[in-house]
Amino acid sequence: MQIYLPIAEVSINAYLLLGLGGIVGLLSGMFGVGGGFLMTPLLFFIGIPPAVAVATGTTQIVASSVSAFLAHLRRKTVDMRMGTVLLAGGMVGAGLGVLVFNILKALGQVDLLVTLFYVFFLGTIGTLMFIESLRAIQRARKARKSGGPMPATKRRHRNWVHVLPFKMRFRTSGLYISVIPPLIIGVGVGILTAIMGVGGGFIMVPAMIYLLGMPTKVVIGTSLFQIIYVTAFTMMLHAVTNQTVDVVLGVLLLLGGVIGAQFGARIGVKLKAEQLRILLAILVLAVAGKLALDLLLVPSELYSIGERGGQG
Amino acid sequence: MSRLRSITAACLTLLVALPLLVLRPATAEQVVMGLSQSSISITTNFEGSDILIFGAIKRETLIPDGEIDVIVTIAGPSETYTVWRKAKRMGIWLNTEAVEIDAAPSFYAVAASGPLESVLSQTEDLRHRISIPLAIRSVGAPETIGDAQSFTDALIRIRMKNGLYSLLENAVEVQEQTLFRSSIRLPANLTEGAYRTRIYLLRGGDVVANYETSIDVQKVGLERYLYSLAHEQPLIYALMALALAVLAGWGASAFFRLVLRQG
Repeated sequence: MQIYLPIAEVSINAYLLLGLGGIVGLLSGMFGVGGGFLMTPLLFFIGIPPAVAVATGTTQIVASSVSAFLAHLRRKTVDMRMGTVLLAGGMVGAGLGVLVFNILKALGQVDLLVTLFYVFFLGTIGTLMFIESLRAIQRARKARKSGGPMPATKRRHRNWVHVLPFKMRFRTSGLYISVIPPLIIGVGVGILTAIMGVGGGFIMVPAMIYLLGMPTKVVIGTSLFQIIYVTAFTMMLHAVTNQTVDVVLGVLLLLGGVIGAQFGARIGVKLKAEQLRILLAILVLAVAGKLALDLLLVPSELYSIGERGGQG
Repeated sequence: MSRLRSITAACLTLLVALPLLVLRPATAEQVVMGLSQSSISITTNFEGSDILIFGAIKRETLIPDGEIDVIVTIAGPSETYTVWRKAKRMGIWLNTEAVEIDAAPSFYAVAASGPLESVLSQTEDLRHRISIPLAIRSVGAPETIGDAQSFTDALIRIRMKNGLYSLLENAVEVQEQTLFRSSIRLPANLTEGAYRTRIYLLRGGDVVANYETSIDVQKVGLERYLYSLAHEQPLIYALMALALAVLAGWGASAFFRLVLRQG
């Protein structure tokens, strides 16, 4: 069934959009990532104008994040205090990011910079997570073979995070750490959100696990909490300043998305933490690889048509 | 001086006379045209539309010698575009050069009763801007780019692949030198605006009569409402979109909990 999108001004198969939303929602629920890093490139691929794709993608991220977040909230796997600290940093970061974005825009080549950001961050984080999860799985296997007790899954070393001032108790996470590292993470993720047009979960989830030492179960719900607010803020900005949010497209994507997110959250609790991380790592690496290939291989069409002054 | 004045006078007469006279005085042939639709409504389930263009050639005299040919063109509203070309720099492919296309129609279709080259002479093509390359205006490229034409060619190539530009040869049926009909498909990804529709009668490559009208393409109903709201009341539109997103998220969560509890 074809449907004409009023803002994007293209006609697209409605079931294709529902399916796309569903897949991204499923991943969102499983891993606690907003799915923006998948949704935006996928929308480009099916022929939605880039500006509309970036802006409308946020609608779907908000919806599936709310849905998944509520599921986590009921399971009490959300650290509200940590989420609020991250959010405070995130708002500052988003403001900074918009500034940086506008400076880059004035210099030209914004598209290239965004792609390089994607390749660099997704590539680095994907590789790190992949290696770490493989090791964790191997450790667990060895322990099972020797018949000994399972090694402690806690990876909380005493590092620089624990010697900073302004300590705060995060009960849900079982942490007593300084508020400075989560604030810095929040700012960093906020900057990336504004520049890359994504929720930033794929950066925040590993940062919370590896830098703050938060338990994986709490991490996902908490990152969703922050994502909801930052993406809602970004969506409002896009809608008011550029009029690029397509509600019809958004509704179709989020219908698929919210259903997918519910299934995702249920699959997520059944999988082991290491398996969850290795799957997310593979997914992140696949997207990074695809984007890197686009930069390295000879493109099939050297030319592209952009609106006046823009790129596309 | 006097010669110049007479030319000016002739031009002025022509300008005044043009809107009144569709036919040239030299040939007593005139186009009478009909359209299957004079306006197109873009609704939610809009899948594109076939426009049937038909008509007759009205004559006061006998049919002159030589075959009559007919060309039909439909052009969407013109826009300015930037065409980018990628080049390899430091191992990666990136947009390096750009050419501004001053005016290119968002949609363009040319249908002719025979192969365009044999039906239309180059002079007449230049005068009326009928063929696809002439429908695009690109005034100047930066001096650093020697082959600006390849950017225009790329625009045409990409748009032809997307079905936005098309050359339909042997697509106008002419019967008894008098009746003609053609069907042109408008794709689903249309933009709003007035689509300029032109008909040319030709004999031996020269235009003997022409006629012009326009087809209105407009969004209606929900499409119209959402588009207007987004542009005129962006804040309300944004809040509505946000409310929809949050509601959908909460609704799905509540619904699934209910289903699970019962199941």
